[in-house]
Amino acid sequence: MKYLGLLLANFRRHRIRALLTVLSIVVAFVLFGYLAAIDKAFEMGVEVAGADRLVVRHKVAIIQPLPQSYEREIEQIAGVVDATHASWFGGIYQDPRNFFGQFPVKPEEFLAMYPEMLLPAAQREAWLATRTGAVAGRTIAERYGWEVGDRIPIQATIWRPKGGGNTWEFDLVGIYDGAEKETDTTLFLFRYDYFEENRAFGSGNVGWYYIRVADPGRSAQVAAAVDAAFANSPAETKTETEGAFVQGFAEQAGNVGAIVVAILSAVFVTILLVAGNTMAQAVRERTRELGVLKALGFSNGQVLGLVLAESCLLAVVGGGLGLALGWMLVAAGDPTGGALPMFFYPVEDLLRGVLFVVLLGVAAGLLPALQATRLRPVEALRRE
Amino acid sequence: MTDATGSLVRMQGVEKVFRRGSEQIHVLHQLDLEIASGEFLALMGPSGSGKTTLLNLLAGLDRPTRGSVEVGEQRIDRMSQRQLARWRARHVGLVFQFYNLLPVLSAARNVELPLLLVPLSRRQRQQQVATALDIVGLAHRARHQPSQLSGGEQQRVGIARALVTDPTLILADEPTGDLDRKTGDGILDLLAALQREHGKTIVMVTHDPHAAARAQRTLHLLDGQLSPEMAA
Repeated sequence: MKYLGLLLANFRRHRIRALLTVLSIVVAFVLFGYLAAIDKAFEMGVEVAGADRLVVRHKVAIIQPLPQSYEREIEQIAGVVDATHASWFGGIYQDPRNFFGQFPVKPEEFLAMYPEMLLPAAQREAWLATRTGAVAGRTIAERYGWEVGDRIPIQATIWRPKGGGNTWEFDLVGIYDGAEKETDTTLFLFRYDYFEENRAFGSGNVGWYYIRVADPGRSAQVAAAVDAAFANSPAETKTETEGAFVQGFAEQAGNVGAIVVAILSAVFVTILLVAGNTMAQAVRERTRELGVLKALGFSNGQVLGLVLAESCLLAVVGGGLGLALGWMLVAAGDPTGGALPMFFYPVEDLLRGVLFVVLLGVAAGLLPALQATRLRPVEALRRE
Repeated sequence: MTDATGSLVRMQGVEKVFRRGSEQIHVLHQLDLEIASGEFLALMGPSGSGKTTLLNLLAGLDRPTRGSVEVGEQRIDRMSQRQLARWRARHVGLVFQFYNLLPVLSAARNVELPLLLVPLSRRQRQQQVATALDIVGLAHRARHQPSQLSGGEQQRVGIARALVTDPTLILADEPTGDLDRKTGDGILDLLAALQREHGKTIVMVTHDPHAAARAQRTLHLLDGQLSPEMAA
């Protein structure tokens, strides 16, 4: 601590340069936090996917429907405990920017398939008793200020109702919570029977099936058995684990993880050069002063420590501000307005960020610090 | 720190050779020197005669090519860089021609620098800094930056920094070289007082016979060798 005054005084020497360097580090760590949250949002579905759940979709593409009749056949296959289905509704609530997933499902089967979606018993009963009933995740309900009892109009973009017009109306009978932080609470789920009876076309088809298997260790065999059962039919299937399914879905936008790593690598290399250059300049300009310190009795180790501490202080101030600002920006919400159902700053990335701050400080200061230790005081004192 | 003869510094057979490519430059030749404890010695000589090299050897900033340098009872020519740094911090005060104050630190902070190397509390450091600044007559300028001080005041801060650890030996390299005569006289008065009143051993390198006259003894260095002593 007794050297802190000396360290802080050095920052006052070139205030603009120090400020610009700190700002560039701030920007880098804001970007780090933001991209970490985006990356996490894309991989989250993969992480929380049930190990014992498989997804059956059309072999050609997920947008191709599968016959509703497959459910009974799937349930006959050895190793399958239960099966249910869901479909993509793709409606609009008030504004096209209000994006969230809406799915017609069989309430009882779906809730059994997803026990991590916690719905109070009374609301569950209400959903089973209300044909137009729908349940929403806590996040989406809070985002739009919905309460149980509200009537939610959704405009169809694909599935127009039989009676004309394009608006479906649902009665919100429940709001579910997630058993874990990572559980998706941005879904809007309504009854398949209501959807099936009222859609203008496509009757008898569903989007995809979820399967619960008895033994996750035999998922591959069960998946092969399902696909074999529908081979050479008009709607052949592709069955995979829920994790692989979610990953494939996320990768439609590209390999987000690889993109994030590439961007952050470029950013950190640039920041390392910026901070390293600042420290190299600082040492070069202070050759004589470092010579004075050595002449007064500062050892090589102490000079090394001083330069490294200065570099680390620069990184800690910039990195700390950047991580904090990134945290606040991520906490302010998903920048896409709902396309990323789970958007939060992962704690492990925050810790990784702290580690990067320290590494940046050490890496940026190491070469200039070693250069400073090599200075011979007699020669350094001769420099102008 | 003195030996049985009362000498603080003893140099015997000291040679210093610098290499510039294949060329060897002999700066000091078979030099012997003894400095008594509490003595104020002036070293004179033309440019390039080896005065500063000699001072650097006494300060442990450089090592002789041959010969021994003993300060107190310690052979500093045998010390490692680390040992020398620690020894300087405790036993040597350096005064430079161009003051060499850190421009971003106040006068008090500059004076405090050598104290960062010794185990003292903040309060103890502050007390010693105040005492050192009081001795050089700059207690009232403690919070000023070097840029707010005159040349003479900056040199006084430099002297306060040199004496704040209460070193045995103060080495001054042209301490009045950058000052006008009147201000320089003030600095010489101060050095003389440090020797007289505080018992410091002072070695001062100077070009100026007027400055050298303030010392008790003056030695001339010419072509790397000390000439016979001249009475002060």
